[in-house]
Amino acid sequence: MERLLQQLINGISLGSIYALIALGYTMVYGIIKLINFAHCDVYMIGAYVGYFCMSYFRLGLLPSLLIAMVVCMLLGVAIEKIAYKPLRNAARITVLITAIGVSLFLEYGTMFFVKAETRTYPPLTGLLARTFKSGSLVVSMQQIVIVGITVILMVLLQFIVKKTKIGKAMRAVSLDQDAAELMGISVDTTISCTFAIGSALAGAAGVLVGIYYNSINPLMGMTPGIKAFIAAVFGGIGLIPGAMIGGYFIGMVEVFVSGYGNSMFRDAVLYAILILILIVKPAGLLGKNVREKV
Amino acid sequence: MFEIRDLEVHFGVIRALKGISLEVKDGEIVTLIGANGAGKTTTLRTASGLKKPTSGSVLFEGRDITGTTAMERVHLGISQVPEGRRVFSTMTVLENLELGAYHRKDRNGISMDLRKVYELFPILYDRRKQAAGTLSGGEQQMLAMGRALMSRPRLLLLDEPSMGLAPILVQEIFSIIKDINREGTTILLVEQNASMALQIANRAYVMETGSIVLSGTGSELMQSEEIKKAYLGG
Ligand SMILES: Nc1ncnc2c1ncn2[C@@H]1O[C@H](COP(=O)(O)OP(=O)(O)O)[C@@H](O)[C@H]1O
Ligand SMILES: [Mg+2]
Repeated sequence: MERLLQQLINGISLGSIYALIALGYTMVYGIIKLINFAHCDVYMIGAYVGYFCMSYFRLGLLPSLLIAMVVCMLLGVAIEKIAYKPLRNAARITVLITAIGVSLFLEYGTMFFVKAETRTYPPLTGLLARTFKSGSLVVSMQQIVIVGITVILMVLLQFIVKKTKIGKAMRAVSLDQDAAELMGISVDTTISCTFAIGSALAGAAGVLVGIYYNSINPLMGMTPGIKAFIAAVFGGIGLIPGAMIGGYFIGMVEVFVSGYGNSMFRDAVLYAILILILIVKPAGLLGKNVREKV
Repeated sequence: MFEIRDLEVHFGVIRALKGISLEVKDGEIVTLIGANGAGKTTTLRTASGLKKPTSGSVLFEGRDITGTTAMERVHLGISQVPEGRRVFSTMTVLENLELGAYHRKDRNGISMDLRKVYELFPILYDRRKQAAGTLSGGEQQMLAMGRALMSRPRLLLLDEPSMGLAPILVQEIFSIIKDINREGTTILLVEQNASMALQIANRAYVMETGSIVLSGTGSELMQSEEIKKAYLGG
């Protein structure tokens, strides 16, 4: 029982990180129908920004997190403006290949500047370094911080999307771009905002993963990127609540498979899930199976 | 107040509009009728800025607006109700209406216009918290029209508002179009239902495969033998 509870706690922490990344995939897909392969590298850069803030500038966790979010926000908007916007009316495959190009550019560009070596995240100190034990159950302050920050960001995101003007514009553009333009909505600005928000969330996830696993490297985005993508597909790509649910689900699966089974099967199970969804319910858990409009 | 001149529009190599000209004067209802595929929707989409013409010009209130985007034209006072209604299906009726006033900052004006839209379409008030996708076809048409009115347009472009509606609803929609016009909004109405459209229109243009082949006042065209044969069922 305690073991189960422990796995649950670990699953929720890890799932939070996947959910944050998955949100960016899903929001961008929802609005321009692009699987933004560069998204997981924005997350990696977030981790590096957090690292430099904490280790070189000796900033605390919260300021570092905010700076990483702002930098990633700008980066996300720049990627969209420079790489994707000129291809707005191009074939989908063209944009997809561009996205892979941007991803490689960010990975190896970062490697050029910070070297390929793995770096150790500065350990948290004081209250943030504490752990709470009860029997064999261990909850670290780290985990509480990760889940807490994720929940705050998700509530904030829900508020933006549901209640604010830009949030309504984002939903309108993702539902029907022409109709949104006929409302006097600037489609370009709305797409930029979507990239900004999704990238900021990825930046936050980067810092959180840094404090969770303690080590970062320029290629760190690949694996969590794929898992977060599976999470987004699982929940229903394009759907914000789907990405949240999917993120926690994938986090749980990963923790339980490694905990009770064999950690070598962990990734195999995740891919099996992806294949299964694509066969059984391609629109995802919350998605409606609709045929694509021509 | 609105004019298009020698407008040519292509889809790839297909020439959908072959140099058409038409004019809508202040306060008028002008209708554009013609068979399926004639180019009516393309004309409206070019008028609203969603489609860019290959050549020719679009003028609004004495200004050449050919180079402006659809978004800018909404700000100038042109609003389009697109073919097939295109309401934001997962958003509520109220959210759809609010989006219609997206670029406006005058809160009081917006809530006044919202009240007007609810007066014009009382059913939308009853359904205001419902997702737009759950409305019937007629209600969605009303929502699309209400949404377009929320931008307080001076020119309203309507694309086949009667499409797929029961005859009784068609009557209702057309009488509302007349009401909207009476309140001071100029209207360019695209229709396949020629007899209804000609009844309420001041003037009309007839389109065939990308060209305007006939024009005149609504009653003139209703008397025309050609029109009777081709569009009014004998
Ligand atoms: N998106 C498009 N791509 C290619 N051809 C189109 C497109 N939209 C319309 N057309 C063509 O342009 C012509 C006019 O279509 P349209 O303006 O929709 O006619 P109408 O509204 O009068 O039925 C048709 O021949 C149609 O096939
Ligand atoms: Mg049409």
